[in-house]
This record gives sequence, C-alpha cells and structure tokens, in this order.
Amino acid sequence: MTIPNIVGAGLIVIGAGVGIGKIGGSAMEAIARQPEASGKIQTAMLIAAALIEGIGFAALFAAN
Amino acid sequence: MQKNSVVRIFMTFALILTSMNLAAKDNEKVENGGKEGLRTEIKEFIAHHLQDSHDFTFFSDEKEHKYYGFPLPVILWDEGLKVFSSSKFHHGQTVAEVGGSYYKLYHSKIYKTDAEGTINYDESHHATNEKPLDFSITKNVVSMLLIGLLMFFMFRSLARSYKKNNGMPSGVGRFLEPLVLFVRDEIAIPNIGEKKYRKYMSFLLTIFFFIWFLNLLGMTPLGVNVTGNIAVTFGLALLTFLITNLTANKNYWGHIFWMPGVPTFMKVVLAPIELLGVFIKPFSLMIRLYANMTAGHVVIMSIVGMMFLFKSWIGSPLSFGLAFALSILELLVAALQAYIFTMLAALYFGMANEEAHH
Amino acid sequence: MEKLLDQFSFGLFFWQILIFVGLIFLLKKYAWGPILKSVNDREEGIKNALESAEDARKEMQNLQADNERILNEARAERDGMLKEARQLKESMISDAKEEAQAEADKIVKQAQVTIEGEKKAAIAELKNQVAGLSVEIAEKMVRKELSNNDKQLELVESMLGDVTLN
Repeated sequence: MTIPNIVGAGLIVIGAGVGIGKIGGSAMEAIARQPEASGKIQTAMLIAAALIEGIGFAALFAAN
Repeated sequence: MQKNSVVRIFMTFALILTSMNLAAKDNEKVENGGKEGLRTEIKEFIAHHLQDSHDFTFFSDEKEHKYYGFPLPVILWDEGLKVFSSSKFHHGQTVAEVGGSYYKLYHSKIYKTDAEGTINYDESHHATNEKPLDFSITKNVVSMLLIGLLMFFMFRSLARSYKKNNGMPSGVGRFLEPLVLFVRDEIAIPNIGEKKYRKYMSFLLTIFFFIWFLNLLGMTPLGVNVTGNIAVTFGLALLTFLITNLTANKNYWGHIFWMPGVPTFMKVVLAPIELLGVFIKPFSLMIRLYANMTAGHVVIMSIVGMMFLFKSWIGSPLSFGLAFALSILELLVAALQAYIFTMLAALYFGMANEEAHH
Repeated sequence: MEKLLDQFSFGLFFWQILIFVGLIFLLKKYAWGPILKSVNDREEGIKNALESAEDARKEMQNLQADNERILNEARAERDGMLKEARQLKESMISDAKEEAQAEADKIVKQAQVTIEGEKKAAIAELKNQVAGLSVEIAEKMVRKELSNNDKQLELVESMLGDVTLN
C-alpha cells in the first residue's frame, strides 16, 4: 500500500461513513415523526445504506 | 434473553479458542524474533485463515509441524482426472507425486512442479508455475456441504412436523417458521408483489438461510470463511443475475434499451448506462458480501492478535473487550448481510417483473 | 482487484454452484414446497374461520334486529289496542252521559209542560169557582139590600152621587 492509496482509502471511508450516517440520521428522524411507518423506513434505509456501502467497497478495492 | 447472552459469551470464548495456536507460536517468537516477527506471523495467520484450504485443521503448531485435523480429497484435472488425499502434500512441506506429475502446495494453491518442487517467481514474487484445474473438496466445500445437509434436515423436519402436528410446527420448527414467514412477508411479497413472488420463494429462502448459516459458521472456532470467499459470493451473485435476467419481462428490457418517457437523445445515452447497471447490481452483491465478511474476520482476528502483542494487564483485557463487542456486532452483521443480499435479490426480481404503469 | 482475481478459485465456484443449485431443488421438493403449502393452508383456514365467525356474528345481529323489530311491533300493537280500548270506553261513557242528559231533559220538559197545564187548569177552575162564588155572594147581597125601599133609594142615590162626582 502506497501513501496515495492509503489516503484514497481514508477518503472513501469518510465519504461512505458520512453518507450512511446521514441516511441513518434521517431514518431516525422519520421514524420519530412517523413511528407507524418504521418498517418501511427501515427497509428503505437499509437498501440505501447497502448501495452506498457497495460503492464504498468497490472504491476500496480499486484503491487497494 | 438469558440464554442468548450465554450463547454469545460461549461464542466469544470459542473465537478466542481459535487463536490458541497463536498463543503457542507467540511464546516461541519472543524467544527468537521479538515483536516484529510476531506481527508478521499474526498477519500471515490471518491471511491464511481468510483463504480456502485443502485440509481441515483445527489447531496447528507450524514450528513443530504438528497439525490437528483431517486431510481432504484433492481432485485435479491435469491431462486426466487425478484424485488423491491432501495428506500427500504434508501441509506444503513435500511434493506429491501422482501419475508421473509432481504437485506442490504453495500459499493454499496447488502448482505443478518438477520432482524437487521448485517454484519459480516473477519480479513481484508471484509464482509462475502452471496451475492445474483444481476441483478439490476443500474446507469451504466441506462447510457448504455441511450447511446444506443441516438445512436439508432442519427444514425437512419442519415440513414434516406440519403433518404430524395438525398444521402447527413443533420443535426446532417453532424457531424456523417465523424466519420463513419473515422472508416471505418482509422480503418477497413487498419487493416482488403478491402475484409473482411464489416462483422466487425457493431461491430466496435457500439463499437467505445458506448465507446466514455460513456466516454464523464463520463465527465458530472451526475457522472457516466461506461467505468471505470471492468464488462463493460470485456464484451466488451469478445465480441472482441469471434468474433476474432470464425471468425478466418485456417492460424490464424496454426500460433498459429504450427508456420510455424521455427524449430520443436521452434514450440513446441511457441505454449503455442501464445496461451497465444490469451487471453492476449483481457485482455489488458479490463485493458487498465478500467485503463485509472478510472485513469482519480480519478485524476480529487482528484484535484477538493484539492481545498477544500487548501482553500487558491493560492492553490485553482491552482488546478482549473490543473483540467481545465486535463478535456481538458480527453476529448482527451475519444476519444483516444475509437479509440485505436476499432483500436486494428480491428487489431485482421485482424490477424484472414490474408491469408497465404509464 | 488483482488480489481478488488471484483469490478466485474455479473449483470452489464449481462446487458452490453445484451444491447451491442442488440444495435449491432438494429443499424446494422436500421443504419449501410443503412448508409454504402448510402455512398457506393454515392461513387460509384462519381466514375462513374468521370470515365464518364474521358471518355468524352478522347473522346473529340480524336475528337480534329481527327480534327487536318483532318485539317493537308487538309493543306498538299492544299500545294501540290499549289506546283504542281507552277511547272506546271514553266514547261510550260520554255517549251514555249525553243520552242520559237528553232523556232527563226530555222528562223534565214534559213534567214542566204537564205541570204548566195542570197549573193553568187549576187556575182556571179556581177563577170559575171564585166567579161563581162572587156572583152568588153578590146575588145574596143584592137580594138582602134590595129587600126594602129605603135601601133601594139610598143605593140609587149614592150611585147617582158618584156619577156627578166623576
């Protein structure tokens, strides 16, 4: 692993972390607002988080 | 709840047990190498653990060349079928001679060599020897067979218990039935739709329990890492890809090649992007499962390995606590990844079956 | 990426596909099919039972409503009958009263007429008797007075005196 690779991997992790954090936070807010829709919100949240995660992993492998 | 935590504690201890051989190595290393040597050894151990292997080893002492486990059959296709026991390799120490050809185990891979077992390297230290086509029953294959058998007997007993018990599950089925219903009611029906979900149920149920059980097997001290292997996740993703595209309707292909409702120029631009998406979807499924499971194994094993690096009254309990917490997290991840894989597969099936709504 | 390709083992992939596809078909035949069928049957059974319970409840409600209706009708009928009877009674009483009144009035009138007639007859007779008596008395008196000449002259004279005075 070279220095640019490590920096790139770090950037990817930051980006993915921020993204998933935002999704999680928004989902929490949405659930607090509408507790009866928590099931649907959770599903949508997981799908969105999974997509970001997938991109993150793909980028990590590319950086590696 | 009580039982649950007992199980978790047990699993964590079991995990630490896995690295008992690390402890054995540790003592020797300190004598003749110090911390740096130990560090590389832990790294190698983890790298070795992540890979498939040709024999089932529970504990090993590599300095003394003592291995506790059993060998597995090796099946090679190299100018004819060659079947022999992996004990012939002696864990990579000797060259196996079968039918006039010589084979050597190097970094968990079988290479064709000469009688002395010479391995040639290129400049980036990769072996350049010829690799025969390897159809061996490896550790991962054995694990998959084991899980397959387990699933078969568990779910057949559930299916049978309905008949015996007048339509109600009994025994282990009481635990399994809600999970089956969960896959049907929370994954299949909302994503595929009430009308078409039936034909996908077998695949979704099988893939959900297969991934979940294999993930959990990875948490046991057997030290297998099946779902963290790219060939396995590639197979799962390939099947999802094939089922998605072979059962897709006209509307799905219409949305890919000639997106309705956008100008002609955009249609031309969107077609290659959409077509790429068809391949990216299963690819991300493959990478996600592989990366999550691999990362989980690497992190837990590294933290367990840290215990032997620190060797202090503060550091070791600290890494123990961390490993404990992460193991619990990994239990969650094991179920979550199975759920996400199944969920996304169902979502793709649903997309392939969507009716036109314009 | 290179590492991933290096790790890829075709043998493992081959076995994985074989095991997994075999597992799908085995489980479909021996597990998923029967399980999903049993669960569906059970759910169908529960649904049917619920529906029939709902039907029974509705029928019960209908029955109850019917009962209520019949009861109400009977009550209304009874009330009507009672009311009619009361009216009949009242009208009978008032009719009887009126009749009695009329009869009584008639009797009283007749009695009055009779009484009037009797009274008139009595008065007439009395008048006749009084007139007869008076004439008798007057005859007697005149006879007595006119028995001597003096008295006759005196009378003529007083009468003549009265005439001049007038």
